[in-house]
Amino acid sequence: MPLRRADIFGVLTASGLLLLLALVLRGSGPDPAEADRLTRLQRLVTEAQLTDLALLTEARYTRHPTQADHFAPFQDHPLALDHFPSGMFWSPRRPAP
Amino acid sequence: MTGWCERQRNILDVALASLRRRRGKNLSLLVVYSLTVFLGASVMFYSAGLKREARLLLSAAPELVVQRLSAGRHDLIPVAYAEGIRTIRGVGTVAPRLWGYYYDAVYGANYTVQVPTLPPPAGEIVIGPGIARLRKVAAGDLLPFLSYRREDLLLQVREILPAESELVSTDLLLLAEADFRALFSFPSGVATDLTVTVRNPQEVATVARKIVERFPDTRPILREEMQATYAAVFDWRGGLLLVLFGVVLLAFIIFAWDKAAGLSAEERREIGILKGIGWETGDILTLKFWEGTSISLTAFLLGTLLAYVHVFLLQAPLLAATLKGWAVLYPDFRLVSRIDAFQLTVLFVLTVIPYTVATLVPSWRAATIDPDSVMRD
Repeated sequence: MPLRRADIFGVLTASGLLLLLALVLRGSGPDPAEADRLTRLQRLVTEAQLTDLALLTEARYTRHPTQADHFAPFQDHPLALDHFPSGMFWSPRRPAP
Repeated sequence: MTGWCERQRNILDVALASLRRRRGKNLSLLVVYSLTVFLGASVMFYSAGLKREARLLLSAAPELVVQRLSAGRHDLIPVAYAEGIRTIRGVGTVAPRLWGYYYDAVYGANYTVQVPTLPPPAGEIVIGPGIARLRKVAAGDLLPFLSYRREDLLLQVREILPAESELVSTDLLLLAEADFRALFSFPSGVATDLTVTVRNPQEVATVARKIVERFPDTRPILREEMQATYAAVFDWRGGLLLVLFGVVLLAFIIFAWDKAAGLSAEERREIGILKGIGWETGDILTLKFWEGTSISLTAFLLGTLLAYVHVFLLQAPLLAATLKGWAVLYPDFRLVSRIDAFQLTVLFVLTVIPYTVATLVPSWRAATIDPDSVMRD
């Protein structure tokens, strides 16, 4: 008996959903290698007394957002486009205390 | 129950056959729909991954940083302030922190120059992997710097920080205090800021308040505030990303409405025939429900899985280009593959529900069509 369209669709959709579920479960379990990596990096952060991620190195306030004024990217007004491209990630909301 | 399942299976068969007959229109809808989900999911996974890294890594950051302000601007802080802060009840240690930026005019890159708690010997430096890549240097090589006195300063690379630390160290240059002061002609007796440890973690905010009372020209920054800053920066619900995603979502809703609302003559004829041969309004509604569900579920799965590959396996090249901006140094890092049910639920609600709502009214109109008038037309 040939496979019906509904069956093929059902099998493919169920496989996709199962794959998503597997990805969710994969990320929720403990990972010893990941824990080791975090410990090593936290040691570096403590020893070098770092306060920020070295992610956005194009401007002082994007390199060290925690040490800069919160309003640094919003000199014109809270929704003004920032001068630096990475400024598009900035939210005009004040961080929660 | 078996009868109900068999009935749904039959209607789904008809729905898929109907979608296949208009494959051009439906394929274009599926592509646009999947791209919308892909964009939303990529932003969500990437920002959540960065937020998580920031929260975990900055849990090891200084408990409290004290800056000095001068006329509202960050200024160097006298080391003598440390003595005064140390006398505040509850304060553990107070240490001056020396850090700044060095602009490499040859490569156009900015380095973060810092004196760590255990600095390398004078004349030697420890550099981040990004600088090593940019300057093509290895441990043992000499790196020239131009000091603020316009004098050459040759420093030997003692060590290159491991590649796994790129996210915190790519542009980092660690050196001895004497070299730092020589490089920037940094005056003695002052520091960039002070780091403070508090004996009881519950009292950090109280200690911060007391520091400001004692030294009104200072600004304390708590570790929790550092973490909160990154949580706000990489909040996918904030910033221009939200605007972009909102615009894309709106465009998609208009597109979906246009595709679903405009019943073609062929579709009207098809529904008329189905009703003519005995299908009821409920059956037509079920048929339209399955048509919409097959498209939205397929687009949701395709978009989400593609976003997972994009963010966690390919290191999000589309988003990284935006983050990199004009920066010369950019960390080469891989986010920990982690998605959760909450993210998927939000994504599902944001992308599948608007489509379902957009197709609800046209489906009802299609289901209540008069077969007689359609077939006469």
